[in-house]
Amino acid sequence: MNMKNFILPLFIILSGFFSLIKAQTPYDDPKNHACLKCHSSKIFSFLNEVTNAEQKRLMNPYYIMDTTAILLGVHKSFDCTDCHSYDYSVYPHDGKLKLQPMSSCLDCHGGDPTYAQYQFERIDEEFKKSVHFQVSGDHFSCASCHNQHTYKPTARNSGSIEEIVAFSNSLCLSCHNDMNRFEMISGYENPKIVQIHSWLPNQELHFKNVRCIECHTEVTDTLMVSHNILKEDQALRKCVECHNADSKLKASLYKYTNLQSRSDSSSVRSIFANQSYVIGAQQFPLLKKLSYLIFFMAIGGMIIHLIFRYLKK
Amino acid sequence: MNSENTKLYFYPLWLRIWHGINAVGIIILIITGISMQWGVESSFIEFQLAVNTHNISGVVLTLNYLLFFIGNFATKNISFYLIKPKGFSKRLMKQAHYYAFGMFKGAPHPFPLSEKRKFNPLQKLSYVVVMYLFVPFVIISGFALLFPEIIIDRIYSCSGVLITAVAHSAAGFLISIFLIIHLYVASIGKNPAENFKSIINGWHNIH
Repeated sequence: MNMKNFILPLFIILSGFFSLIKAQTPYDDPKNHACLKCHSSKIFSFLNEVTNAEQKRLMNPYYIMDTTAILLGVHKSFDCTDCHSYDYSVYPHDGKLKLQPMSSCLDCHGGDPTYAQYQFERIDEEFKKSVHFQVSGDHFSCASCHNQHTYKPTARNSGSIEEIVAFSNSLCLSCHNDMNRFEMISGYENPKIVQIHSWLPNQELHFKNVRCIECHTEVTDTLMVSHNILKEDQALRKCVECHNADSKLKASLYKYTNLQSRSDSSSVRSIFANQSYVIGAQQFPLLKKLSYLIFFMAIGGMIIHLIFRYLKK
Repeated sequence: MNSENTKLYFYPLWLRIWHGINAVGIIILIITGISMQWGVESSFIEFQLAVNTHNISGVVLTLNYLLFFIGNFATKNISFYLIKPKGFSKRLMKQAHYYAFGMFKGAPHPFPLSEKRKFNPLQKLSYVVVMYLFVPFVIISGFALLFPEIIIDRIYSCSGVLITAVAHSAAGFLISIFLIIHLYVASIGKNPAENFKSIINGWHNIH
């Protein structure tokens, strides 16, 4: 093969490769992107065709995109108009475009064997049972919690529990700690998240280290993240559900409940009628086996002895 | 020998009261203890009721143990628990041999009970181990669990509270095994109910 015959195909392949990379990341240059040149900054400018003058406006803060987060998200290879109407390319945007229904996750991911491992259909079934869908119906969608623009499968890919907890809780808190978004969906003014959880000991510590969904979903073994968010009165309030698997958590809960009940009442009765208990202390498999062995040996020995007593009577 | 001579007043009233309270209390502790170890959902006694009953019974038995302890020293009852180390293992083997073989062949009791000897060597050892080792241990560990702030936070990488709870349960379990064997051995006699009657009326028949 001579040099010419080698360079030409290589050039074609490389140019095709680089054009592919460019096509995968349409947001590489936000300043020159048709949408992001406005939707990535607080202030945008446009040519007013009526007055023929350049004008500046403040961008609605909810419509400002985080371009860095978009590039880290799983949907970075899609351009805006792959999901939003192409008519948005024209400014001022046509008001009727807002009335068009948006695509849901299942429109792309449903029934596709490529995404079977993520169980989108199962998630949808679970979501339909959740209090979010039951109360709000179609006003509540995947996008209400999961921002498709910046979505990252953190729970699957992150090796840091702290990051997973913070990410997961940020989804809930995006409404439950935001008066505007909370009111828009629920109709109530104040999420009152702190007051509602006033019963929870060490509230701040729990919020930081435990995902909301640990207590607020119906856990299923076969789904990585349960999407059936339960009603308030069905949420888990049993401390021992978590504080029995780990010896550190077990001991901390025991000490907490013990000291708490004694501080609430200084009477002697509060000591003796203390209801705290070290759950699971007897659940060590080796000790359990050993205890069965000792028990059955004792019983067996007595039965044999009893038989001899009867026979030699 | 008339019937008066074959009976010894082995168990004075205070001892019988202590033993009665101890028996009922330990049975309650065992039942509630087993119930609790099944967990909140599966315990056969309502969980909080089991915890409360266990705690209260433990406290009552602690006071009762004080009665036993003081009573033993205030009377000569402590002498029955004293072990003379010399030849004790031989005496133990002799007694074990009697239970395993001798009693079936009609051999005489190697350590016949008398006013000076209330317990045979095996009884003596088991009572000393249980009453002066295991019971004080469950009392101390039980009270430590009532006041967990006195327990060391961590022993190496394990929680002090957890280790205390496990040790408390293990000692409780061994006391339960003792109780079962104790009840069985008590049934060995002229007739199975004889010893049980003795601990109620105080009189022990010497055959």
